[in-house]
Amino acid sequence: MFIIGERINGMFKDIAQAIKDEDPRAVQEWAKKQDISGARYLDINTGPAAKDPVKAMRWLVEVTQEASDLPLTLDSTNYDAIEAGLEVCKRPAMINSVPAEWDKMERVFSLAKKYNASVIGLAMNEQGIPKDADSRVALAMELVAAADSYGIPMEDLYIDPLVLPCNVGQDHGPEVMVTLRQIKLLADPSPRTVVGLSNISQGTKNRELINRVFAVMCVANGLDAAVADACDSGLIEAIATSRIIMNTDIYCDSYVDVYRKQK
Amino acid sequence: MAFNAVKDKYRSKVGEVVLGATKEQGGTRDYTITIGGEAALPFLHFEGEIPNRPVVAMEIWDVAPTDWNDCFKPFYADVWNDPVAWAKKCVDEYGAELIVLHLKGADPDVKDATPEECAKVVKDVLAAVGCPLVVTGCGKPEKDNLVLPLVAEAAAGENLLLGVAEQENYKSLTAACMVHKHNIIAQSPIDINICKQLNILITEMNLPANRIVIDPTIAALGYGVEYGYSIMERARNGALQGDTMLGMPMIGNVGYEVWRTKEANASSDDFPGWGEQENRGILWEATTAMALLQAGMNVVVMRHPKASNLIKQNIEELMVKTSFDE
Repeated sequence: MFIIGERINGMFKDIAQAIKDEDPRAVQEWAKKQDISGARYLDINTGPAAKDPVKAMRWLVEVTQEASDLPLTLDSTNYDAIEAGLEVCKRPAMINSVPAEWDKMERVFSLAKKYNASVIGLAMNEQGIPKDADSRVALAMELVAAADSYGIPMEDLYIDPLVLPCNVGQDHGPEVMVTLRQIKLLADPSPRTVVGLSNISQGTKNRELINRVFAVMCVANGLDAAVADACDSGLIEAIATSRIIMNTDIYCDSYVDVYRKQK
Repeated sequence: MAFNAVKDKYRSKVGEVVLGATKEQGGTRDYTITIGGEAALPFLHFEGEIPNRPVVAMEIWDVAPTDWNDCFKPFYADVWNDPVAWAKKCVDEYGAELIVLHLKGADPDVKDATPEECAKVVKDVLAAVGCPLVVTGCGKPEKDNLVLPLVAEAAAGENLLLGVAEQENYKSLTAACMVHKHNIIAQSPIDINICKQLNILITEMNLPANRIVIDPTIAALGYGVEYGYSIMERARNGALQGDTMLGMPMIGNVGYEVWRTKEANASSDDFPGWGEQENRGILWEATTAMALLQAGMNVVVMRHPKASNLIKQNIEELMVKTSFDE
């Protein structure tokens, strides 16, 4: 499982300010910091406050690429902003995200095809987030079928079963675990899986502990990627260790460092 | 019904290492040899490109061996008192593309050759043949730490492959390879975890990964070749999945391991049912090498010229693309 660094997001004050002032320093600092800490992709999100999300996305992509060679995950519900970002991405990017809704899938999968991007598909539709694993898997199947019809290889489709905060939707936890396993059975080769890791601990008191334990449980259930805090050293250590236990990486004494540097 | 080969896709490939340097590159070799680079498991051409064929290297010593089987005498007895003549014979008569010079004479219990004497042998061999050279110490760390840095200095620019570095003794050789621009053999005792850790330790000293060759330590057929095989198999799978700290080409001392087995050496008089000794030894060496090539070995270090020829032929046959490889 690899980390998509979540920190370049206009929800954070320093990034919102950077976008407003067109001052790249905070963005580039976070790009470098997440890169060194162990991120393999960097999530780019203009946040709700950006006046012109299209312009802001293009600018964020450009200044981030000056600071890091990591590929980017373009995170927006505004697909014009995503396309503006894709136009300037130097490496194949990831689109974050599309729900299992036809009009949106059509736009996003054709963008993915055009720009050789991978896609995060959300196991939700107009009716919202399903409660149980079966409904999540049904939506995942719709995403798989749509991606396939656009010629997107399954290795480039990341399905997000959608995680709710554990103090709000506690009953969703086990459903997410089951979904992660079942998505792997939908196609051969199977689609990949991703979660927004930090969602699990929104509004809770011991966020880091909850994030780490959740990450390890997800790895045990075959998770491929997580949008998460790459600078949480304990989280990186926990993930690196869970990969050893799952026999994904070959053990050596410096295995945590190796995981951090693996790009 | 048409047969469709099931193809695996890999994220990454084995790194390439270049051995030797020509005049334009600051050395004096007639040619260089590139090893590694495969993007699939051994010889599965239909799954990925295998740009460089495995190499058969021939082993020579700086002193005449006293414990080699008599069957080697017709091949080497006229030259094994002189490493220069030995190297030339291997290249000219036995078609060696790569020579492994083992500085056995540095061993305090053999000849206790001084570092200067060892460096001179290396220089003389380099002057006599045009192929790239691998140089290994006597295997006693205290002495090798004196000998190998001097060899590295004397052969600066030649882009040798020098060995061996081990987990408990890698710093001085790594430093010598850094300063004088050579490649290093990282040897681990049939242990994938130590193999990976040693590569990390060496790269942490800033020797690039494309200057490291793994010696996973192998054994002869009948003596645990399968342990070496499974370690190598894991390393190759790791490399193809993107584990760069296991993604180096591999070298193995096949001749050395085989020619200390009973099966290669026992006389036909003692074991009439085992067949003629020399042929048996040649086949034991060739079979061991074949198995290791199938596990991903990039350089097999051979001793008997006939075994070496068999393996070259085997490699030729395996490097041919098949009908699945369109």
